Amino acid sequence: MLLNILHTVLHVTVALTLPPLLLGVIGKVKALFAGRVGPRLLQPYYDLFKLARKGSVISQTTTWVFHLGPVMGLVTPLLALLFVPLVDSHAPVSFNGDLILMVYLLGLGRFCTASAALDTGSSFEGMGAARELTFACLAEPALFLGLLVLVKLTGSMELATMLGSSLAGHWPTAGASLVLVLLSWFIVLLLENSRIPFDDPNTHLELTMIHEVMVLDHSGPAFGMILYGASIKLFLFAALLVRLVMPVSTGSLALDWAVLVGGVLIVAVAIGVVESTVARLRMTHVPLLIVAACLLSGFGLVLLLR
Amino acid sequence: MHALLDALVIAILALNLYALGVSRIRAVINAVALQGVLLGGLLFLVHATLDVRGALLVIATLVIKGVVIPAFLVHAMREAEIQHEVTPFVSFMSSMLLGAVGTGLAVGFAHTLPLAEPHTNALLVPASFATVWTGFLLLITRKKAIMQVLGYLLLENGIFLFGLLLLEAMPFMVEIGVLLDLFTGVFVMGIIIHHISREFSSISTENLAELKE
Amino acid sequence: MSTRIILVGLLLSAISGLPGLFMSRHSHLGPRVAACLGGVGCLLGLAGLAHFWFMGPTAPVSVTWSLPGDGLSAGIDGLSAIFLAPVLFLSLLAHVYGLGYWPPSDHPATGVKLRVFLGLLTCGMALLVLARDAILFIFGWEIMALAAFFLVTTEDHKAEAREAGWVYFVATHTSTLILFGMFALLHRVSGSYALAPLAPGALPPGAALAIFVTALGAFGLKAGLMPLHVWLPGAHAAAPSHVSALMSGVLIKMGIYGLVRITSLLPDPPLAWGGATLLLGVVSAVLGVAFAIGQHDLKRLLAYHSIENIGIIVMGLGLALMGRSLGRADLVMLGMAGCLLHVWNHALFKGLLFLSAGAVVHATGTREMDRLGALARRMPHTALAFLVGAIAICGLPPLNGFVSELCIYIGLLRTLSGVGTLAVVGAVFAAPALALVGALAAACFAKAYGTVFLGQARSPIAQVAHEAPWTMTAPMAVLGASCVLIGLVPLLVAPALEAGVVAWAPALMQSAPPLRTWVPLPALSVVGLALLALLGAGSLVLRSRQRQTGVAAGAVWGCGYVAPSASMQYTSASFAQMLVAMFAWALRPRRHGAVAPVLFPARVPVRGHVPEVVLDLFILPPVRLVARVFTALRVLQQGQVNAYLLYVFLALVVLLMWR
Repeated sequence: MLLNILHTVLHVTVALTLPPLLLGVIGKVKALFAGRVGPRLLQPYYDLFKLARKGSVISQTTTWVFHLGPVMGLVTPLLALLFVPLVDSHAPVSFNGDLILMVYLLGLGRFCTASAALDTGSSFEGMGAARELTFACLAEPALFLGLLVLVKLTGSMELATMLGSSLAGHWPTAGASLVLVLLSWFIVLLLENSRIPFDDPNTHLELTMIHEVMVLDHSGPAFGMILYGASIKLFLFAALLVRLVMPVSTGSLALDWAVLVGGVLIVAVAIGVVESTVARLRMTHVPLLIVAACLLSGFGLVLLLR
Repeated sequence: MHALLDALVIAILALNLYALGVSRIRAVINAVALQGVLLGGLLFLVHATLDVRGALLVIATLVIKGVVIPAFLVHAMREAEIQHEVTPFVSFMSSMLLGAVGTGLAVGFAHTLPLAEPHTNALLVPASFATVWTGFLLLITRKKAIMQVLGYLLLENGIFLFGLLLLEAMPFMVEIGVLLDLFTGVFVMGIIIHHISREFSSISTENLAELKE
Repeated sequence: MSTRIILVGLLLSAISGLPGLFMSRHSHLGPRVAACLGGVGCLLGLAGLAHFWFMGPTAPVSVTWSLPGDGLSAGIDGLSAIFLAPVLFLSLLAHVYGLGYWPPSDHPATGVKLRVFLGLLTCGMALLVLARDAILFIFGWEIMALAAFFLVTTEDHKAEAREAGWVYFVATHTSTLILFGMFALLHRVSGSYALAPLAPGALPPGAALAIFVTALGAFGLKAGLMPLHVWLPGAHAAAPSHVSALMSGVLIKMGIYGLVRITSLLPDPPLAWGGATLLLGVVSAVLGVAFAIGQHDLKRLLAYHSIENIGIIVMGLGLALMGRSLGRADLVMLGMAGCLLHVWNHALFKGLLFLSAGAVVHATGTREMDRLGALARRMPHTALAFLVGAIAICGLPPLNGFVSELCIYIGLLRTLSGVGTLAVVGAVFAAPALALVGALAAACFAKAYGTVFLGQARSPIAQVAHEAPWTMTAPMAVLGASCVLIGLVPLLVAPALEAGVVAWAPALMQSAPPLRTWVPLPALSVVGLALLALLGAGSLVLRSRQRQTGVAAGAVWGCGYVAPSASMQYTSASFAQMLVAMFAWALRPRRHGAVAPVLFPARVPVRGHVPEVVLDLFILPPVRLVARVFTALRVLQQGQVNAYLLYVFLALVVLLMWR
């Protein structure tokens, strides 16, 4: 009981504090590749504090829906993260079918962000919303097929068990499927968090953006919420990958958390490396890569079902 | 051992999809070359005891499939001044989906075959069918002659995969012969491509329709 | 007792429009009397339903008569109750809504007719649900079909309504024809017209298959299952909005009811039936939403979403059928509960969406989304209602759509532990397909909501829009509240669903554990409330931060462009362009006009639309061919008495020569 509470407190603390660090790590890795010193590792935290104290400019065309976007964009990944086991087989909230709720909560966040973008009536933001939702249509089945592989292996529909320590026993026998899922989810991670090769978070040309162009009109605390929410979403996907690869339970709480934090940071470094070495995809080729992600995890499932 | 084998086969399957979905010819050549190297690796793994014959075969496969043929194709591309883009009849997305469907069906079909006990669960057989299917797809749905060559190569890779099952039974000379045949075939196609491109100043096979008169 | 109360209510509803016939077309009394009678009728019906749920079933009411058959019999069981509830509930709200939406001052010519047939429609649907024998079923079916025809053609001075009405008329009668065949078959094998379960082994496999296929045809046509949906978009778009809400919310569900009822009668369904049904559901769901994305007409868009949701419902049915073949109570419970709950949910949120769309049409007079925009400022209540409906129909938490989809998801995922036959393996892939459908629906409703309610007004009519009167917003509020209630406290509806599932497969489900063994219904309440609490807290934080740091009003960032105008906004067509291109193989989008390939092109209008592919490509060409053949036969019809006498003489000669 006490251990459970400790787990939950740690879970929530890490979920709230660690995510912006990932953005810092990615930025640092990219800077190193480019031969620059780059911003400090903790720069995203400073950015968030700065934004929280900034004034806002709100367009005259907007309604209350405009404010729904940032709040939902922060709240939904946070809630979804409660279902993901960060260490051992323990998640603060866990029940039969929570994997579906996790996927759909992210969908809710996306819907509200897109609606907020459309609320401004700007053509660029409409364009971003259209792209975001279009690509999500393909990314969601990819994520889902991967989850199906885990359901098949572990025979459970709770994320805490599916990504829990029992998964480790399946790596020797079903490693091929799990590697396929890993590849597929990494692609989904890059897409869902608008990373190169899908989207360039640092580009200055609105026409080529996907996610960033949707949030052009947000400013001040609302924009801070969006950035914070985005980093939590990134953390969520990174945690999924880490748990997929290292579903270990060492027996020591400190070591378990160290594995998780280390793993998540490694994912951030990997994203930084990909962003530094891979070119952006042409917009027309984006669906191709996501469909490939679907096919990868789909094939992983076929391997298990045959 | 078994896991490594599976991993290699899955990499081969992933390369199939990659070859179908990618739009640059160089990328397809690289995929086929890498597949050749993986086939060599597979041969190495499947061979329980590595004798002179096996070692020769592995080296020949690696060299011919992985290095010589791709290098020749790259050379041909440069010689014939072929444009870098694959021009498909069927969109990349559709061909990729077709490839995936074919792969799924191959997995199902392999189950119905009366295979010998050690092979019933192996991925080799479905992978072989899937690769042959991918080769066919490339042959059918791409315009440029060089893509036909690559299609043939994939087709042959698929047959080679199936041949791995019969390794013990197949005489050494036959395999070497197949490899040489392939090499000659690619060589001849290279010359043909060169001629087509000189004649029509493009290597689209659509132009060949003009010869029917 | 409960059946009798309901029947009295139905009688009231059936005659609700009649007093209006004797009053002035312009009088406000007629509509009020009709709404009162109809409303009281529906309330009586609901009271009877409540009696059934709390007091248990009563004996069916039977009437003997001298015509063929064993007389008429009406009764209520768990399944009937599930389907009866939305009929009565939505009809009640439609009666109220009609007061504001179709006032005699605006529509003196059509209002009387509309109200007469509205009451009859409710009565017909309720009768067929209550029917315990094929004869009464057909009676109800035909009353419903004809009343709906007259409702679709309410505005019969418009060519669009007439055309939609005729397509519907042909479709519904084709369905009735197949239905006659099916009941004849059923009578042949069972020896009676009663809708009672057949004994296992009593049915030759061929006959069982024939009954199943004809049922799929007849009821699929009514439900709007994908290749048979041709009548649906036109009819839904042309009918007055509260009629569209009724048609989409409950009329097409009568097809589902038929399927559910007939499959409950047939013993031992083979696994392939479930597999085929599931596949049909997936096709319907994916293509339905894909077609919806390509629409520019708000009500047509909603109509295609009905096809999608019917697909989801049928997926649940397919899963339940598979569960029955495999003898797995979990699959039956999850599939059937998902199916039945989605029937309710779809009635609620689609009713809500059609009523909101009606408010938009009422305020602006157009259904073209690209002429609207910024309505959230002028019609805040309608905008909120539409948003609730949109989130619910996308199956997003914490609203009701998510609950039913979750049941089906969990059921589909549970097939993973099953035996590896083709049908079971296929069922696994229905889950990602459902995820695809959900994401596509979200894209489609972001488009619809964004284009209609958000942004800037795209035309003057959108600038002068006004909020709907309370008679229209109150029904929307009730429906929205129901969506939230089921979403937040799904346990409330579980007993009714379980009763329905038991009625569907009594032998297997009699002693099955309750729904919440498999679906975490209490957890959904907790997470839903947590989401709302977090949302409230987040909004408060944002509000207080913004208040402290200061808010300035500004123009939309136009990326450096200083004079953006409303016409530069993303339109519904541009929003959907990528997805339409992705599904071009099925949608066959058309494009009229193209930009000239010059540096400074002149003004060129470009329009695109997604046609109704099945109707335009597969049905109309052969129909035109047949029509041409029959036109040739018109030579015979001379219109001269002499010619007809000649025909009589010739016929006589032929008859005499007949041996």
